[in-house]
Amino acid sequence: MRALVVDDSRAMRSLLRQILLQLGIEVAEAAEGRAAIDLVEAGPVPELVLVDWHMPVMDGLELVTELRAHKEWRHMAIMMVTTESEHENMVRALLAGANEYLIKPFTADAVVEKLSLLGLHCATVPAGDSYGGATQP
Amino acid sequence: MTTATAEDFQYLQGFLLDRSAIVLSEDKQYLVETRLLPVVQRHGVESITDLVRAIRRGDKTVETAVVDAMTTNETSWFRDAAPFDALRNLVLPELVASNVTRRRLAIWSAACSTGQELYSVAMLLDSEFSDLASWRVDLHGTDLSTTVVQRARTGSFTALEINRGLPATLLVRYFRREGAQFVIADSIRSRVRFELFNLARPWPPMQDYDVILLRNVLIYFDVETKRDVLERVRGRLRPGGFLLLGTAETTRGLVDGFRPIPVGATTVFRREES
Repeated sequence: MRALVVDDSRAMRSLLRQILLQLGIEVAEAAEGRAAIDLVEAGPVPELVLVDWHMPVMDGLELVTELRAHKEWRHMAIMMVTTESEHENMVRALLAGANEYLIKPFTADAVVEKLSLLGLHCATVPAGDSYGGATQP
Repeated sequence: MTTATAEDFQYLQGFLLDRSAIVLSEDKQYLVETRLLPVVQRHGVESITDLVRAIRRGDKTVETAVVDAMTTNETSWFRDAAPFDALRNLVLPELVASNVTRRRLAIWSAACSTGQELYSVAMLLDSEFSDLASWRVDLHGTDLSTTVVQRARTGSFTALEINRGLPATLLVRYFRREGAQFVIADSIRSRVRFELFNLARPWPPMQDYDVILLRNVLIYFDVETKRDVLERVRGRLRPGGFLLLGTAETTRGLVDGFRPIPVGATTVFRREES
């Protein structure tokens, strides 16, 4: 499986890359929405796109809207991964076509569970790993 | 002193077995230290030995804090998915059909931790079993930890907790944000009740249930306690009612009167008609 991580924070991209690689997922990265569209158009098309909200050039909401405008990419799973957690904005992202929503900070377990909700089953991360600035209970 | 002495550990083994029926094996010394050092700091004492002393002289505050800290509270929404698929696809449809005249349903989450399991059931009922809106539905959660029961009652969760397995569609439908917390809708919270309850102690008189969720609890008990708890669970389950256990748990070889029914990736245990 291939994933595209779109986030303007290099540290966050690196964190998500580590988690996804441990799950056996290949990872490409983009620092904002426009660059992400270019990567998807160049192919191969990822099965999963993880999208931050607040980014320069093209933000996450615009990116989701743009990705969903292409019928040929409709099977792509899109998950927002963001600090943005206003109720109204979460609804906007889902209406625009995001399938799931992960709020920063998060743990690796939370990523695995969300991928499972998306119907993407992966190898499990070793227990106790913790990411996203969070400590597991 | 950050370590637990052999004597402290031995005392805590006995204390936790008595208070919570949790069996603390010899290799769990690290667990005692990682869980109890925050309690040491919070109570302004010097060491785990001081905590043990406080328990010995009957300090109820310290007793409660130690039991709370040593009780595993890991939980997530729709935890393990398969039991909730079983509820959705077999257990609830069967119970709705068999209780259609009584129009009552009672569900007990018997080690509810901070409430995610019971709230997940409540959201499942609300979103997928609208027939039940006019029924009397008792959703009851219990746990032996005072702290988690109090937290469960608030229905308020951090982002870290909200991230754990809660589908985004249910997050936006049933939660509102209050500062850094996510609070469950009053329409859901008003349908559940949470109480302190120790499975390993004598049980007070209580109602019968159609479903009992007792997941990932038996694994902490010795065989005698498992058998005892399962017998009492059977006594509180209506004939034809369902018991849901954790992945590694079973009634087999412990008590009679349950029929295992495989459903998808899990097994539910149905109380045989007596």
